[in-house]
Order: sequence, then C-alpha cells, then structure tokens
Amino acid sequence: MKYVVWGMVILLIAAHQDVWFWSDPTLVFGFMPVTLLYHAGISLAAGFTWFLATKFCWPEVADDSGQPNRDGGAGA
Amino acid sequence: MTQLVIILIYLGLLLGLGGIAGRLFRGTSKDYMLASHSIGPFLLLMSIFGTTMTAFALVGSSGEAYKEGVGVYGMLASSSGIIHSLCFFLIGIRLWGLGRRHGYTTQIQFFRDRLESDKIGLLLFPILVGLVIPYLLIGVMASGTVISSITEGAFTNIFADYDYGVPPWLGSMVICMVVLTYVFFGGMRGTAWANAFQTMVFMALGLVTFLVISNKIGGLNAASEAVAKMHPSKLMRSITPEEEQSYETQLKAWTALAEYNWAVENKGLLLTDTQKTDAHKVLEGKPIPPWMKPFRQRSVEAGFAKKNQLYEKLTHAEQKKAHVAQDDRLLPDALPEGWEALPLTNDNFPRDGQWETRAIATFKDQIGHPSEKTQGKMTRKQAIGRYRAMRWAPEKPHGIDKWMFLTYFLVPLSVGMFPHLFQHWLTAKSAESFKLPIIAHPLFIMIVWVPCVLIGVWATAATVPGKPVALIPPHFNPNAVLVYMVSTLTSPVLAGFLTAGILAAIMSSLDSQFLCIGTIFTEDIVVHYGGKQRFTDKQVVLMARLFVVAMVAVTYILSLMGVRRVFTLGVWCFSGFSSLFPLVFAAVYWKRLTKPGAYACVIAAITSWLYLFHASGYGAKPNFSFGGMMPVATMVACSTAALILVSLATKPPSESTLAKFFRK
Repeated sequence: MKYVVWGMVILLIAAHQDVWFWSDPTLVFGFMPVTLLYHAGISLAAGFTWFLATKFCWPEVADDSGQPNRDGGAGA
Repeated sequence: MTQLVIILIYLGLLLGLGGIAGRLFRGTSKDYMLASHSIGPFLLLMSIFGTTMTAFALVGSSGEAYKEGVGVYGMLASSSGIIHSLCFFLIGIRLWGLGRRHGYTTQIQFFRDRLESDKIGLLLFPILVGLVIPYLLIGVMASGTVISSITEGAFTNIFADYDYGVPPWLGSMVICMVVLTYVFFGGMRGTAWANAFQTMVFMALGLVTFLVISNKIGGLNAASEAVAKMHPSKLMRSITPEEEQSYETQLKAWTALAEYNWAVENKGLLLTDTQKTDAHKVLEGKPIPPWMKPFRQRSVEAGFAKKNQLYEKLTHAEQKKAHVAQDDRLLPDALPEGWEALPLTNDNFPRDGQWETRAIATFKDQIGHPSEKTQGKMTRKQAIGRYRAMRWAPEKPHGIDKWMFLTYFLVPLSVGMFPHLFQHWLTAKSAESFKLPIIAHPLFIMIVWVPCVLIGVWATAATVPGKPVALIPPHFNPNAVLVYMVSTLTSPVLAGFLTAGILAAIMSSLDSQFLCIGTIFTEDIVVHYGGKQRFTDKQVVLMARLFVVAMVAVTYILSLMGVRRVFTLGVWCFSGFSSLFPLVFAAVYWKRLTKPGAYACVIAAITSWLYLFHASGYGAKPNFSFGGMMPVATMVACSTAALILVSLATKPPSESTLAKFFRK
C-alpha cells in the first residue's frame, strides 16, 4: 500500500500539468471554468492521497516520544 | 465610517485575545517561543494554514487572477496542496522528532548540529531574516492598501489626499502595532490562538464575500458568461484570436491618438471648429459619462485627422516619442541604437514620476468627497484610475507559458525552509498532531483560493450594477481588486466585516513571522554567542521582543518606499526559500551531506537569487522569466548542484553526527 500511495503522489504531480485544458474556456455547470474545476479536483485528490499517506505511510519517527534531552541547540 | 468602526472593533478583539494568552504565559522563553509544545491537531492545522495563507492568498490571488486568469490556481494553489503537505510529511515530522529529541527551537540550531558547523548560523541568519522581510512587506503593504480603500469617505475634513479615508501608511502602522502587541504579550500561544481565530474568520467571511459579490454581479452564471464573452482567455491559459484582434484594434486607435496629440503639441496641428464638429458626430446618441466626453472627443478627432490626412505622417522617431509621451513615460538621456523599435516597458522607458499630479490636475474640478459621487464628483483614486484608463496604451493579453507553469511547481517547496513554519511545527504536542494539517491543508487551500480566483476573473468583465460601464477600469492596481469589489458591491456593514476577514488573513501570517525573527535572533545570535548563563529567561524574552520591534520598524519603513504587485513580491520571497529546500531535504535524508556542501548550497542559492532578483528590476517585472522558466528553477538547480558536487568532493560527517540524526 505504501508504494500505491507514493505512486498516487507522483500521479498527482503528473496530472497537475493539464496541457489538455490549456486552451479550453468551457464553463462547467454554467459558471465554473473547466481548468479551474479540474485543479480543484486535484486539490481534493491531494487531500485524499494525504489521508491514505497518514494511514499507510506514517514515518517511524512519528512514534518517537520526542522527549528533549537538553536545553537549546548548540554548535559543534 | 461604519467600516472603520467594525475594523477597530475587530482589532480590539484581537488585542483582547492576545491579553488572555498573555495571562496564560508561563514566563519562560520556551513557552514564549514554542508554547511549551502544547499545540494539538486542530490548533496546529489552523495556525499552520493561517500562517501560510497571507495577503498573497486573498488579495494576491484575486489580483493575479484579474491579470492572468484562472491558471493562477494551478500555478500556486493546487500545486501547494500537493507540495505543502509533502513537505509537512517528509520534512516537518522528521524535524519535529529531531527538535523534540535534541531540544531545538530554531532551524539554525538544527543545522549547526547536523552540519557540525557553528558558522553556518552566521551565514543563514541574515539570509533567513532577509527573505522573511519581503514576506512581511507583502502583509504590511497589503493591509495599508486594504484599510485605505475600504475607509474612503470615513472622515469629512481630514486626509483629503487619501479620499478622506485612512492613509495607507497609517493603516499599515496600526496593523503592525496590533500584531506586535499580541505577539509581544501572548508569544507563540497568543499567536497560535489568534491564527486559529483569524483563519476561521477569513475562511467564513471569504465565502460570504464570494456569495455576495457573485449575487451583485448577476449570479454565478451571468458573471462567468460575461467573462467568456469579453475576455475568454481569462478562463484558460492561452489567448483567443478574437481577443488578439480586439487588442490590435484598440492599439491602432491608441496609436492614432498618441500621434495626433503629438502633432497638436509639436507640429501646430489645429482642427477647425467645423472639422471637430464633423469628427464628434460619431459620438452622437452614445451614452458617455460627462468626465469621459473630452477623452472620447479627442480620440475621434485623432481618427478623423488621420483618416483625412490632416497632418504629415510622423517619422519613426516622432512616432515613438508620441507613444512614449502618451503613455506618460520618459525617454532615456542617452538614446540607445534602435530605440524607436523598443517596446514600451519600464526597462526601456520608465514611467514619468509626475503622471499622478497631471491626473489630479486633469480632473481637479470634478474631485470631491466620496459622499458626493452621486452629484457627479469623483475621488482622487478614481481620477487617477480614469486618467490611466483613458490615456495609457491598452494592455496586451498574454497566456501562461507551459514551462513557466511547470516550473512554478518548485515555488511551494519554500514551506520546507520557512523559519516561522519550523517554529510552528515544533509547537506540536505530538507527531499525531500533524495528521490533520497534512490531510486538510489542500482542502482548505481550495476553499479559500477557488472563490478568490473566480472573483478576480469576474472583475475583468463585471459592470457597475444597472449601468453598462466596466466596474474595474484598465490598468487597475491588482492589489486593490478584491477590496474594490467588496467596497463597491456590498453594504458598509458587510464591507466592514469582509475587510476584517481580509485583514485576518494578513495578520495571521505577520504574527508568526514577527515572532519567528525575534526567536532566531535571541536563540541563534544572542544566547548562542553571549552564553546561556549570561542572561535570565526574562532577559531573553525581552531581547526577542525588542528585536521584533526593530524588524517591524525596518519593514514598515521599506513598505513606504514602493509598491509592487503582492503576488510578484511573494513569488520572489518564496523562490528564495525554495532554493534552500535542497539543504533541509539533504540534511534530513542524505548522510553524505557535508559542511562544505551545505555552505556551497546556501551561497549558490542566495547568489543566484540576488542575480535574478536584480535582473527582474527588484520585482518590477511581474512576468520575469529566465531561460523561459520561472527563476526558481535556476536557483534550485544551482543550489542542488552545488550541494551534491561539493558534498561528494569533501569529507563525510563524523560517525557520531550520523548516529545522532539517522537511525541504522
């Protein structure tokens, strides 16, 4: 599933380059420019993809308790 | 006045919120800067979203859609929905884990440890602060414009030069003071609360604005159909032949006007009264507002004179001089070879600084208080706008280049290096807190941007309700499109609330940025070099506050110096941070990243940024490209190449450092 999710992210990035709507002024539902609707769809798909990512690809570091072991950072 | 009162009440509410957060302040620098790592998922979502959506999102997106069309959404909104969450997921969570484990408050602390270099802080500090300043400028400038536009006519006998409204310099100053106050007393907790509150305000009021405006201009369908009829290119990313043709026709008429005016001024051309009467006949029966009549008459006289060959054809040099004068531009002192063929751009022929004075003088008898509009008077802003619309060359329509669109994708990478976002990430109570922001961020972007982009596009074809007159004249300031629509099309009460929503979006970013620069100054410079034992916690907080005040003052002064398109300035700022993205990505994921590799990356990033920013006239050219692509592509390529090549050629980090930052 992890690979499916990352595949979806790559697909989203590719689908974002919608050259097919470049010169299309069609209004969907009578008011919505088709390219704007398409990109709003990309935003929705991104939300869904990231939902899957948090379910199936949650990084290991996220399980850390995250207790600090010193105060403030320091240089080497 | 109603709008002003509502805005003041809203600002008062924010101060109250800051005061409450201040009462909960635990007195420690950790609490002031990171809210003691107490922020849960909802507050984290709202504060991160509020921080990333600034004037850029509301004022900038609608203004840019007005200029460039709906492609703006794809360029920055849908791409940000993918890339921002990707950065939160890949970078934010990892940095949160490292920050909690090793006690970091700022990015520089992390880089110092990871790169085994104390001096990297000295290199990064001025760059990060320097790049945050244009980001702050966006908010400070936009807030002044918004308040000034919406409060027109609020006073009866003061600020006549600002149409009896709050001057932009005063509006910007008040906003800076309010944000400064609640950041000052509330610290990160106050900032997170205010952000969450303001994010809810601007999202809710944004939707109300959308519905009210669409209703006022005839409904969703009518508004979009008007655009499809008049400016179809705004609904896509290329230009239709009809629009190209329309531009050519307008340009031809404008050229004739410019050359006629030149001949009148310099060649003694004078039409007789009979000729003028003949020329004016074409205007008979046309509904022309009184203020426009002299301009239209002059225009038809120009056509008449040209058609009847009433003056000798001008030479190429005379024609160019005529065009330059008509467009209120200046000829350079030393004319370059072939200057007659150069296009009318700011680079070739800078705008004459006196044109606004001439605009006011042209309409001086017709300028009055905004309340006198019904009696045929106009405001100073209207006078300036009408002068530009009637005098300057028509704007050439242009589409969006495919390479520019593709390379825009690199701009949202900036969130990986925003210092204020790093600080917000570290406020999270747990890694689980990140889940909601990661999922909801693209959806929230859609909720805010789609209405703003539609409003901006509708503005290109909207007419004054009940009249066949364009609501927004040509050459209109894009930053003012949204506010102008709000102030013209809604009631004073609603306009006041909607303005509060716009200011909420602006302030919810300013606060985090103010706090962040204070934090990095105290943590990375004062405490780091002065020694932790040297200062009490109270002194550290005081120094953070004083540095914030100093930086706000610097930004405020810069904001008074010049006006740039909010969107353009934002893109330059984001591009600078994006060019540093390879550094943070490699620091988290690439063991082979070395100290010299990191220095090379930062130097390549900032050098390429400075070079390209200079080449763009410091943001004066809105559609500046390099190699046919967005400048960010060159910057990221330079910084990435420098990072990889120098890292591979130098000694890898020590085993102890790698063990500290990477699991086996």
